[in-house]
Amino acid sequence: MAKWKSLKDMSILSTAYPRLDGMDKVTGRARYSSDVRPAGMLYGRLLTSPYPAAKVVDIDVSRAAKLAGVHVILTNLLEGKAVRYAGQPVAAVAADTPEIAADAVDLIRVKYEKLPFAADLDSAMQEGAPRVFSDRENIVAARRPTQKGDVDAGFAAADVVVEATYRTQVQTHSCLETHGSMVEWKGEDLYVYDSTQGVHSVREGLAKNLGISPTQVHVICEHMGGGFGSKLQPGFYTAHAARLAKKAGRPVQLMLTRKQDFLSAGNRPDSLQKLKLGAKKDGSLVAFSGTTWGTAGIGRGARVRQPFIYEIPNVYAEHHDVYTNAGAARAFRAPGCPQASFAMEQLLDEVAEKLNMDPLDLRLKNETNATRRKEWKIGAEKIGWQRRRKTPGSDSGPVKRGLGLGASIWWPGGRGTRATMTVFPDGKVEIRCGTQDIGTGTRTIVAAIAAEELGIGLEMIRPLIGQSDFPYSGGSGGSTTAPSVAPAIKNTSEKAKAKLAEIASGFFGASAEDIIFENGRVYMDKSRKKSMSWQEICQLLETQPLTVHGEWVEGLSSAGVAGCQFAEVAVDTETGAIRVEKVVAVADCGLVLDRLTTESQVNGAVIQGVSYALYENRLMDPITGTMINADFENYKIAGALEVPEIEVVLFDEPERGVIGIGEPPTIPTSAAIANAVYNAIGVRLRSLPMTPDRVLDALDAQPVTRKED
Amino acid sequence: MENFEYFAPDSLDALPGLLSRKRERTMVLAGGTDLLDMLKERIVKPEKVINLKGIAGLKGIQHGEGVRIGALTTIAEIAADAGLKREYTVLAQAARSIATPQLRNMGTLGGNLCQRPRCWYFRGREYVCLKKGGSKCFAPEGLNKYNAIIGGGPSFIVHPSDSAPALQALQATVHTFGPQGEDSIPMDEFFELPIDNLRAENVLEPNEIITAVSIPKPAPGTRSAYIKFREKQSLDFAISSVAAVLEMEGSRVRDLRIVLGGVAPIPWRSQVAEDELRGKKLSDETIRRAAEAAVSEAQPLSQNRYKITLTRNLVARTLRQLAAQG
Repeated sequence: MAKWKSLKDMSILSTAYPRLDGMDKVTGRARYSSDVRPAGMLYGRLLTSPYPAAKVVDIDVSRAAKLAGVHVILTNLLEGKAVRYAGQPVAAVAADTPEIAADAVDLIRVKYEKLPFAADLDSAMQEGAPRVFSDRENIVAARRPTQKGDVDAGFAAADVVVEATYRTQVQTHSCLETHGSMVEWKGEDLYVYDSTQGVHSVREGLAKNLGISPTQVHVICEHMGGGFGSKLQPGFYTAHAARLAKKAGRPVQLMLTRKQDFLSAGNRPDSLQKLKLGAKKDGSLVAFSGTTWGTAGIGRGARVRQPFIYEIPNVYAEHHDVYTNAGAARAFRAPGCPQASFAMEQLLDEVAEKLNMDPLDLRLKNETNATRRKEWKIGAEKIGWQRRRKTPGSDSGPVKRGLGLGASIWWPGGRGTRATMTVFPDGKVEIRCGTQDIGTGTRTIVAAIAAEELGIGLEMIRPLIGQSDFPYSGGSGGSTTAPSVAPAIKNTSEKAKAKLAEIASGFFGASAEDIIFENGRVYMDKSRKKSMSWQEICQLLETQPLTVHGEWVEGLSSAGVAGCQFAEVAVDTETGAIRVEKVVAVADCGLVLDRLTTESQVNGAVIQGVSYALYENRLMDPITGTMINADFENYKIAGALEVPEIEVVLFDEPERGVIGIGEPPTIPTSAAIANAVYNAIGVRLRSLPMTPDRVLDALDAQPVTRKED
Repeated sequence: MENFEYFAPDSLDALPGLLSRKRERTMVLAGGTDLLDMLKERIVKPEKVINLKGIAGLKGIQHGEGVRIGALTTIAEIAADAGLKREYTVLAQAARSIATPQLRNMGTLGGNLCQRPRCWYFRGREYVCLKKGGSKCFAPEGLNKYNAIIGGGPSFIVHPSDSAPALQALQATVHTFGPQGEDSIPMDEFFELPIDNLRAENVLEPNEIITAVSIPKPAPGTRSAYIKFREKQSLDFAISSVAAVLEMEGSRVRDLRIVLGGVAPIPWRSQVAEDELRGKKLSDETIRRAAEAAVSEAQPLSQNRYKITLTRNLVARTLRQLAAQG
């Protein structure tokens, strides 16, 4: 089975090196989809429904069609004329300028028959609520509940039982670059510059949607401004753009507006979780039951992964998706996990308190993962867990501090990626791999793995990725990219090296197996008496570049991630403000390919977790049933001043090979913060986000009289 | 945004011929940080936009017997001015709390005073709310956690300016220019409640502009402070803020002004709170009473009761901070 060389033999991998395209990004040289503007390109724009539930009675485009600069108007975007969420595309326009396109959209008169709606979880769950789909109940029957052991007997045997209800909010992906594409037909072939996490899935999906062969579709994504799971699927906007472009006979760019992005391009479902947990005096968890609900809008997939990481002998957990008149959810960084973590980790802390047990001891008592067992101890030491308030809320003064913790978990590994490598006679090496870099540094590790294997510098490698015409690689989701791509690149590099070793063995008159590639040279054998430079051996290729094909192989990557985080917060009890002062993130990362980009991903995940814990919240207006805060003023996201000190601990176990790191570190942040808030103020916040109004309301609801001033 | 005619006059004299008496038909451009947003969102569709930046004499901070600040002076200049920081601390602190460095570099004092409400029903194109000529304020039955707790009705917006409470607490005067020439309006009379004026937040006629703001020299023994609470520190408007100016005579408060931001449709001068402290010593007890009084007029909507607790605590915190300066 394939194996990585040992850390001490690595000269690039496992060290810290900057991403190759960083300079391009900060100087504006990097080309994003909307930067690609071929001559004659038109600007597309969607007309979306302002109503969450309606029937389209008539669309009058006569005034819009007369506007100078308008080329095409499509009015058949809705299947069956039914509008099921505010923001649903109804018509599309292509015009000479973005301004004309916007004006044209404004001039289209749509006659709607408004219908009653249920745009949020609570209204959709009410008895007699308007149905989102006429043929279905809003609350979907629980499918395949998790059942294990005998829950009733488990609770009967428990010494302590805690029941509580938790809620999490809908979070939107809020990618810096909105969803969109630039499409251009060249004859029968369609070229798509897409902001996507999956060039191959877009090719397949788009071909099917348009009724053409995947061989006619060429998807390109050089750089993208964030996806977080929301750009894994072929976009409805891409299909609309392709139709506009076909009809206009011109290239078309169609980027969603920020508001459209909020309303229609995905989100993390919310949750309502009624949970019950029982434990023995010694802390062993014996029974769990839970019913959870969540809305993925008009879509599905709001499952909350309870009972999260905990191995409990008696379990019953059922989940109900609830349809609402809102945009469909999409995969969002560790789907189903942050919700589960926020509730379950607090429930454990509540049990720990009843048992008069340290929450960390309760975790250690129930920990079944050997990696995380070590991580808990590292994290506790780094945060100074002994400083935790023995009595919650016991700090004097209005600002109170506390510590909390939470665990993370993840499953998928990698597979499937293929690549080709071409070594040119001038010594340059080109790699083609149909993966894409969603900001995690994939392009950089592709080059680094090849450079490491061939014993040459990074500058000799040209990593070409982000095209569906390149060898297959899966979508960048589920933290699968590095464990899929890295083995394939190593395997491809090994094949190139084997061919070059043959050439070298002929030259040296030695055995191919003995040839060593290192430091930009090729050695006859380990005596290193005879050698030639990398350039010299490449020159032996004469006029024919060497091309090899490789693929993902077993042994270089693995699945399963365990991690944990600790948070320290300061809560201002006079204003309700929670300030996260520090997060220690212990990340399980197998073999680290690049310390810089790995740490960067953990930082990003923690920041997104802080943002989820304290700020982000999609608010649906009860009057109109549309998202009222669909802008970056009112949809609050942690900014530079909200970012805590983050101490990233890369807990590496190189023998496990490459594992994904992107998602798991965002899972425990909100839970660790919530538990820290309780430790600080002695009042538990069971709803996300933990905003000042909720903190103040919770403190005001306390029966104990607080000493004023 | 829709098309409009653009004018860039170089003197005040040209303005009467350009400005319209009809609201929002002609709009003036200073920093543009609010106007551009409203144009792009098509909340306003003016026929003419008049750029004021070419008009001489509307910019700069002049210290003398008091201070005069031109309407085009940027928020960043106010936040950085050493004289303001020293003698008019509340204003410098308020300026420093506004938005982001980029916005402070563009935004002007005149614009900060004249900015329109942030209420999402006002800013949302699809809502024809009272302030946009519609028939109802959506806040009472809608999402209202950021709306008014004092002085609301029939509209429940809050005034978003940070500089306004500070200037009102400093007893500033607004200098204006219009078809009738120059005029001066005390800050106490500059803003108007929705009950008196639904379509605007101040007494300026559509064809008038602010030229400057002047502040009298603070009496000896004056201390001042501005405390702003927002949900996040990176770019956010006040949920509640307190501007306080105390004229001390020994340990006694000879006179004072307390003006609240973010809680009412106008900067809210809390005379009931002032009355609790005037002529008294600053003590835990008098501060507590003043803080209680500051929110005694509050009538919360369904989701903003917390703003009462918050504002009470902020008033107390501001006064405690000033007491500690003695």
